Amino acid sequence: MKKYKFKIKNLDCANCANELENTLKKLDTIENVSISFMMQRLSFECIEENKEKAVESIKNVIKKAEPDVVIEEI
Amino acid sequence: MNQKNNKRLIKIIVSFLLVVISYLCRFDQELYNNILYVIAYLIVGFDIVLKAVKNIFRGKIFDENFLMTVATLGAFCIGELEEAVAVMLFYQVGELFQSYAVDKSRKSVANLMDIRPDYANVCREEETLRVDPDEVNVGEIILVKPGEKIPLDGVVVEGESMLNTKSLTGEAIPRKVTVNDEVLSGCINNDGILRIKVRKEFEESTVSKILDLVENASSRKSKSENFISRFAKYYTPIVVIIAILLAVIPSFVIKDAVFSDWLYRALSFLVVSCPCALVISIPLSFFGGIGAASKMGVLIKGSNYLEALASSEIIVCDKTGTLTEGVFKVQKIEATLCSDDDLLRYASYAESFSNHPISLSLKQAYDKEINEKLVTETEEISGKGVKAVVNGKTVLVGNEKLMEQYNIKFQKSNEIGTIVYVAINNEFAGMILIADKIKEDSYKAINLFKSNHIEKIVMLTGDRENISKDVADTLHLDEYHAELLPQDKVSWVEKLMVQKLPNRKLIFVGDGINDAPVLALSDIGVAMGGLGSDAAIEAADIVIMTDELSKIASSIKISKKTMRIVRENIVFAIAVKIGVLVLSAFGIASMWAAVFADVGVSVLAIINALRVLRIKE
Repeated sequence: MKKYKFKIKNLDCANCANELENTLKKLDTIENVSISFMMQRLSFECIEENKEKAVESIKNVIKKAEPDVVIEEI
Repeated sequence: MNQKNNKRLIKIIVSFLLVVISYLCRFDQELYNNILYVIAYLIVGFDIVLKAVKNIFRGKIFDENFLMTVATLGAFCIGELEEAVAVMLFYQVGELFQSYAVDKSRKSVANLMDIRPDYANVCREEETLRVDPDEVNVGEIILVKPGEKIPLDGVVVEGESMLNTKSLTGEAIPRKVTVNDEVLSGCINNDGILRIKVRKEFEESTVSKILDLVENASSRKSKSENFISRFAKYYTPIVVIIAILLAVIPSFVIKDAVFSDWLYRALSFLVVSCPCALVISIPLSFFGGIGAASKMGVLIKGSNYLEALASSEIIVCDKTGTLTEGVFKVQKIEATLCSDDDLLRYASYAESFSNHPISLSLKQAYDKEINEKLVTETEEISGKGVKAVVNGKTVLVGNEKLMEQYNIKFQKSNEIGTIVYVAINNEFAGMILIADKIKEDSYKAINLFKSNHIEKIVMLTGDRENISKDVADTLHLDEYHAELLPQDKVSWVEKLMVQKLPNRKLIFVGDGINDAPVLALSDIGVAMGGLGSDAAIEAADIVIMTDELSKIASSIKISKKTMRIVRENIVFAIAVKIGVLVLSAFGIASMWAAVFADVGVSVLAIINALRVLRIKE
């Protein structure tokens, strides 16, 4: 398990952040997902080999729920 | 203010002016007024309607945009044009304010932690290049000019300066550094020019570690945050369902019920059902609390720890380095034959060839050049002390056993600590007490703990019984346990964890070295003197950058204030919302009150949350 951190942009409201976090929690590929609305951070853990796949599935979820939001690895 | 907010502000102003015009100039035909209202509505609310429509296709029906759209369009349908525009207008004002407040608090916390260096001046091949701190390798020399931040951890190889460590430690007094001193990234160079040999890459540097810690702090959420997001999850759907029932059922049940009246009440419900006011103010408060703590040099790794601090009951401390300074110093000199200064001089001279901790403490206290030519016939007597001839006089420096070996009549001292007896020419000349000193700050800290409802302060130490008892008595601690091995500390903390009330917390404070198991075991593990100690930063939940215990008391204070604001916001927001829901169900509160319950509460909660940032020590 490795921890990854992303900057999450254009997320307008705190409740949207909560809802997005709840949706991401349902993904099997990643664990300990957390979105900090105040720091504009998305962090999660996953197995290193699965990273690409995990990011892909996160992006899919975001595309559906909050199309304006973009994430960038830091 | 960013571009998005500027645009929003202009829309609000234009739309507001149109409403005023329409209100003041009553046209002959109502149609003109209505057209003005529709234009005003579209200017201020088109974005929201558009988002709402998009969201419906994505299956998101309970979001704010949708609720506001339904409420305002509903108001249009029943002929309440003014209210429809006003609701949308107020909603946008609230959103604007919210976005502004979030921006502001993000910025002010970012300023607190404004320690990230933008560049490094690295000296390569007789040239000074300005590069990204990332690109500097270990072993390279960097140049730091006055006013610049030190970009990487290293050792000074040339120059002398005063360093401002305020952004790291909260300490206002600058620190002097000179050749061979270690310097940490994030400090600001006040006056001189420094050449520094880099010891750690940027990733590993203090500044990166601290930034990483602070930036990730809010990903560990507190119970209050989890509560409010669970609450929001159920609140909105429930209110919406009640709104639908409210619109439909009365028309069937109550005789002469006017459908549009009940619809109006139902629409007010929809306005109140937005959860954002509640949701935003809680993380904002914690964010402010963590920011306020880091301003004074206390790094808290998560909102959950800030929350836990407020309910701490037992504080367990390590002794050496935590309550005491952790360095052995000459505390007392009692000379019988000569002056105190002379006694110290003889002792220092006699010990000058030794590297024993005691001789180091003596030399440090003497603090003058030692003319080694005056010292001859030095002889170390193992486990007892030193014999030497200083300036023609035979000097014995050591413990009781040394005095007994040479049959010297001496006054036995009852002081706590290491006692060094000195004899000159076989005659007892006095004693020097070397001991660890209790930090000045510890007295203040213990008092503050007691006045902050800490029920029990316990000291656990590996040190000897008599020394520990002395420290515990002087500081009026409630309990102490001495001569412990690391595993004994673990079992004591386990015992104490059982003693406390179930919803209260135990704090363990140590210097972060060899404390890892106890730090992990306790509810809140605090490491002191975190500056420069990676192990401490890793293992602890809270890191105090300086070595002041009283910072924990200040953090508890911040924590309590944060929690009070959080509770105020939760109670206030829920109470107002429920109040307005009840009133509008009976037709007493208008949609205006509903807008206040949404936007007004959110604005007030945010203003309340921003108070945390202003907490001073």
